[in-house]
Amino acid sequence: MASDRIFGLVVAVVALAYIAGATQIQTSFLSDPVGPKTFPIIIGSVATIAGLFMVFKPDPEPDWPVLRTFGALFFAVVVLVLYAYALKPLGFLIPTAIAAGVLSYQIKPQALKAALSGLGLSIGLFLLFKFALDLGLVGFPKSWTG
Amino acid sequence: MDIMSNLALGFSIALSPYTLMLAVAGCFLGTIIGALPGLGPSNGVAILIPITFTLGLDATSALVLMTSVYYGAMYGGRISSILLNIPGDEPALMTTLDGYPMAKQGRAGDALVLSGVASFVGAFLATIGLMLLAPMLSQVAYQFGQAEYFALYLLAFCTLGGMASNNQAKSAIAACIGLGIAMIGYDSRGMPRLTGGNLHLYDGIDFLVAIVGLFAIAEVFFFIESHGKKSSIGVKLDKVRIPWKDIYATRWTMLRSSFVGFIAGILPGAGASLGSFLAYMSEKSIAGKNGGFGKGAVKGVAAPEAGNNSAAGGALVPMLTLGVPGSGTTAVLLALLMTLNITPGPTLFTDRPEVVWGLIASLLIANFVLLLMNVPMVKIFVKVLMVPPWILLPGVTMVSFVGIYSLSGSYFDLLLMVGFGVLGYVLRKLDIPTVPVILGILLGGKMEDALRNAMVISGGDVMYLFSTPISIGLWIAAIVGFVAPMFLRRFLKKPQAITD
Repeated sequence: MASDRIFGLVVAVVALAYIAGATQIQTSFLSDPVGPKTFPIIIGSVATIAGLFMVFKPDPEPDWPVLRTFGALFFAVVVLVLYAYALKPLGFLIPTAIAAGVLSYQIKPQALKAALSGLGLSIGLFLLFKFALDLGLVGFPKSWTG
Repeated sequence: MDIMSNLALGFSIALSPYTLMLAVAGCFLGTIIGALPGLGPSNGVAILIPITFTLGLDATSALVLMTSVYYGAMYGGRISSILLNIPGDEPALMTTLDGYPMAKQGRAGDALVLSGVASFVGAFLATIGLMLLAPMLSQVAYQFGQAEYFALYLLAFCTLGGMASNNQAKSAIAACIGLGIAMIGYDSRGMPRLTGGNLHLYDGIDFLVAIVGLFAIAEVFFFIESHGKKSSIGVKLDKVRIPWKDIYATRWTMLRSSFVGFIAGILPGAGASLGSFLAYMSEKSIAGKNGGFGKGAVKGVAAPEAGNNSAAGGALVPMLTLGVPGSGTTAVLLALLMTLNITPGPTLFTDRPEVVWGLIASLLIANFVLLLMNVPMVKIFVKVLMVPPWILLPGVTMVSFVGIYSLSGSYFDLLLMVGFGVLGYVLRKLDIPTVPVILGILLGGKMEDALRNAMVISGGDVMYLFSTPISIGLWIAAIVGFVAPMFLRRFLKKPQAITD
């Protein structure tokens, strides 16, 4: 109940902001009858109505995980964001081993197996991508190899 | 005959050693992807597209590889349904109903072979149907103008939305999220919109980033939530032999189910889940109370597999001829075509016959390859089921990252992908379907262009959108498609979630 109402409200607010953003779009001098604003405004309007519908007619509450699992999920997201930033400066091998190991541990908390699967995935995928598929991956930080 | 000469052209492409090798590799990979629980056809195809693109394959080869993966995944889904009682993908759900009981009776091998043969019959007949029907439909599509295309896109959203969720408001939100994202960046007239001044957003959001995030990354979050709980194989798989008697006994079931599945597949938005559901339900009612459905009936194993594989072929018809996908996976295949700069639609059949007929010929070949792989070699794929999720899912994540990173080399796309993963998790938790989001991102630009061009032609007269019989028919179908499921649901207690 509450989840649907909150989400519906968020959708409606974002959709109104979207409409507001759409009214600010610059129209080009080669204007057509519809222009670049109309379709985004239609989308925003439909989303606002549908969002309000969710607020007033919510479905039963979904099965949310317990707080600890939320923690694990949040941690996984943080790791993936850091991984996204690290991939270029630090090369493929080290960040991948860490990120894959952490994810593995989050799915099943067994430290040694998680570390091994991180290491194995990192090296295995690097060999696959670099040599079998010929993608231009960099293995280690540039400063190491000069 | 026209079809024969076209098919000859197709086979001349598909039978080249290189293409053949891609088809075999695709079938093998696809069956594995389909068999692994949590890695369905849409996930599998989605994470492979960026990599295929980076490999620099030409259009026909890439298409052959990915459709082989698609067909393979549809075959493979049944393996974990039968052995683990967990569907490898959504459309294989119905196969658990009789497949698992049959396996528990010590007939796991028979169930695997029988369902493999049923998959073959369904997929083969659907490919023939595609061959006959697609050129005809593309002739009709030639008469479509801008107004008709706008109505057609609307129809796709309405029927897909109607089928995909219990709640029409949620489907509408999903479609709006997708369409709203599609508007970001330069419009077709070269005006930047809704970028919030972020330079990364001027070129818009790459649909591949969204697809991989919504499907693959979101799946990883679900596995973290469930801690990879997965039952082990509880049934024994002895020597695999061919159960001729069962195959003979189910021959009409397979044919009927293929027909039902194909029709379900063609309907925009319906897809393979509906195909297997309808096939199973109709066979169950034909067999009556004494049919033993739900207790390991051979017909209950053959029907859904013939139905879902046939629907997978049927779903290619609207995707190729109209550019409107009929399911989640065909939406992902549409993304592949767009990445390769191929515009699906009626002109595809005249402008790029080598693509269409090469594809059809390789689907026919893929079917035979899959039959061989899935009957004598099925034990290999059973071994794959032993890969634990704590290795598999981190692997899927890393492949997704490398794929997207190799496309653009930008960390921004990776961040967006993680963002889409979180969005996908929240949406699925709230029972909001993700397929309309994908469809919106893919079709949003085209839908707006159809509207704008129609208004340029008519000088701003809105009634132009309803000016031909075809467009009126499409509007009516769209409204019916959106409204009808609300009433149908009372008859079919639980509607099918469409995620295939």
